[in-house]
Amino acid sequence: MLVSIYRYNSEKDNVPYMEDVNVDIPEGKDLMVLDVLHLLKAEDSSVTYRRSCREGVCGSDGLNMNGKNGLACITPLSEVVKKDKLVLRPLPGLPVIRDLVVDMSMFYKQYEKIKPFLVNDTPPPAIERLQSPEEREKLDGLYECILCACCSTACPSFWWNPDKFIGPSGLLQAYRFLADSRDTSTAERLADLDDPFSVFRCRGIMNCVSVCPKGLNPTKAIGHIRGMLMQRST
Amino acid sequence: MGSLRTLNYDAIVIGGGGAGMRAALQLTESGVKTACITKVFPTRSHTVSAQGGITCAIASADPNDDWRWHMYDTVKGSDYIGDQDAIEYMCSVGPQAVFELDHMGLPFSRTEEGRIYQRPFGGQSKGPDDPTQAARTCAAADRTGHALLHALYQGNMKGGTTFLNEWYAVDLVKNQKGSVVGVIAICIETGETVYVKAKATVMATGGAGRIYQSTTNALINTGDGMGMALRAGFPGQDMEMWQFHPTGIYGAGTLVTEGCRGEGGYLINSEGERFMERYAPNSKDLAGRDVVARSMVLEILEGRGCGPDKDHVMLKLDHLGEETLNAKLPGILELSRTFAHADPVKVPIPVVPTCHYMMGGIPTNVGGEAITRTADGQDQIVEGLYACGEAACVSVHGANRLGGNSLLDLVVFGRAAGLQIEKTIRDGLTHDDASDSDIETALGRLNRLNSSTSGEKSVEVKDELQKTMQLYFGVFREGESMQKGLKMLDEIGERLKNIHLEDKSLAFNTARIEALELDNLYETAVATAVSAEGRRESRGAHARNDFTERDDENWLKHSIYDPTTKELSKRDVNFSPKTVEAFPPKVRSY
Repeated sequence: MLVSIYRYNSEKDNVPYMEDVNVDIPEGKDLMVLDVLHLLKAEDSSVTYRRSCREGVCGSDGLNMNGKNGLACITPLSEVVKKDKLVLRPLPGLPVIRDLVVDMSMFYKQYEKIKPFLVNDTPPPAIERLQSPEEREKLDGLYECILCACCSTACPSFWWNPDKFIGPSGLLQAYRFLADSRDTSTAERLADLDDPFSVFRCRGIMNCVSVCPKGLNPTKAIGHIRGMLMQRST
Repeated sequence: MGSLRTLNYDAIVIGGGGAGMRAALQLTESGVKTACITKVFPTRSHTVSAQGGITCAIASADPNDDWRWHMYDTVKGSDYIGDQDAIEYMCSVGPQAVFELDHMGLPFSRTEEGRIYQRPFGGQSKGPDDPTQAARTCAAADRTGHALLHALYQGNMKGGTTFLNEWYAVDLVKNQKGSVVGVIAICIETGETVYVKAKATVMATGGAGRIYQSTTNALINTGDGMGMALRAGFPGQDMEMWQFHPTGIYGAGTLVTEGCRGEGGYLINSEGERFMERYAPNSKDLAGRDVVARSMVLEILEGRGCGPDKDHVMLKLDHLGEETLNAKLPGILELSRTFAHADPVKVPIPVVPTCHYMMGGIPTNVGGEAITRTADGQDQIVEGLYACGEAACVSVHGANRLGGNSLLDLVVFGRAAGLQIEKTIRDGLTHDDASDSDIETALGRLNRLNSSTSGEKSVEVKDELQKTMQLYFGVFREGESMQKGLKMLDEIGERLKNIHLEDKSLAFNTARIEALELDNLYETAVATAVSAEGRRESRGAHARNDFTERDDENWLKHSIYDPTTKELSKRDVNFSPKTVEAFPPKVRSY
């Protein structure tokens, strides 16, 4: 199989380039893309990427594989390789530090901006704050986000305004706290989001939904936030 | 060292997983100037992979539940070498620590009453007199670790903790008096090497499952804290005690939670028999993990394994129904479909015991203070060094950890270490500064690697190390083969001296980090091997074919591995809890 991999080392290279490497794939095994990266690194230790859990829960190895964002560790070759070729690039739209490693600061900044922590002004009880199963169910499809940035870096609105548009991941998290019955800062949260950029730059393109490796739906969450903002202004 | 930049903190926490972040939060909230140094962005830490839950007597599933029953289960689970003062502390403080997590925002699953959902897990009873299966593991579906780690990161953001993300700690800096006064660290993005000076240094570096070829552990679990402590001359405790989780996905090693069996799933052999009924008539599939793992290996050895090579067994879940599986075990469905190509709604999951957890570690007291041994075998606190979480051995897990106790361990003892450090710093903790030569000593390993001009690639040596550990120090152990394994480890040690770092570039050089990690894997592996060979009995996770019985007369003890002599000694187990009678050793059956 031919692997074409994005290479850039600021200490050596003036510009990034694509390196083509032929990789022998063992017969009868459907490797994950991360396994291929390990094979490449065993040959050339300078090949650089992030990885940790290798099971799709830590969000380290978001990559662009044959044009689509996803996690290398849970993307089998059978799903992604076309005509015996695999093109590996860093997540689009963020500055590249080295090879497949991007600078995620902008992404994290947008996450921090939505105050991703529970706020509750009432003193905590001696036990947990009660929450019904129905209230808790509202958090399903939201709390599972692993901050891999596959969605935000697939979003044209985020490419244009990474400093002002929160992006799908951050907004999914914003709604996770708006939807939590234990959180009391709904009004403040909505006020913070009520500007032309933070939420309303979402154009409903839905790339986020098609790439999310956890099967989450940021567009839907953004729709809920829009609804809450509308209701607030009337 | 003139050009080496120094960063100055009161406390540094090495590791941004559950234990590290709980400690960092405690310290930050108390106003101690703290930084959390973590080699991956905090939410990429291995705590994220914990699935089934956090075991704690919060009396939701059973209003009469009692932390003393949890304590009894934990003591019994440890095969009686868990320290009873520490277990008492964990189980009694536990509810408070769990409620704090809820207040922080952790999205626990709920009961109809609105309380935290608890599921049955292995080794749980209603106390010494009532072996009825309890349901004591607090869960957020089967993603409890993810939910916990993110809640802790969010809590730290709220609290304003300073993180040095993607920084790698290389070695401890000791002053002339032997106190720990910080660490040498690399900023991975720039490659800059820095001396991070601190009055208190907390090892919250997690486990080292990557010493084995097949493990549920993340690729980052390389025993960095254990390696640093051993190189600095501090001992390891109970390092032979490694938990093999019964249900790692065959071939891939990824974890399938014990919660599957808690929800009613069970193991079957090639004859379709629910074989745990034979090995543990009362608890069956929810016996201690060591018991279940050994039973599985025996089934395979006796020819009742599944598949063409008869080398695994099956975990059956389909009888639970699609609705329950979607609600209670959604993550397992995903993992099994991805890594086993098996849809648990229709077919069983192929599983095999897989290295999962290091019960041993840096010995500490309940306040996380690291302990070393004086020449005459007395405990002595190491000034400036602390440990918590999997890197530490308090010891609450003894020879076998109960499911759901690791998450409790890390929040309870992360918090406790924070409290202890806060107090010690308020009391005026100071150290002599490290001299230039002290810092040079700590830089030695890194300098050697950076100046290497020829030799072997680290990846080849790592493969050899993992194979050796898998083969000679696995579920069942035997003296002669361990001797052979130890010899092979010596050879690997020689090869390690000759590792060549080809790529000397600074920015995000993961080859350099991996080479440094390999030293830590090796230190941990040798400690494991020496301790396993030295403990001549079978207890908990340590099962020997040549010493098949538990030997309380000689080995109701912690083992202490001294890295300076590579020798093993014994340390007394604590049988003095403060508020309850100690649980005396009994025959352990499920």
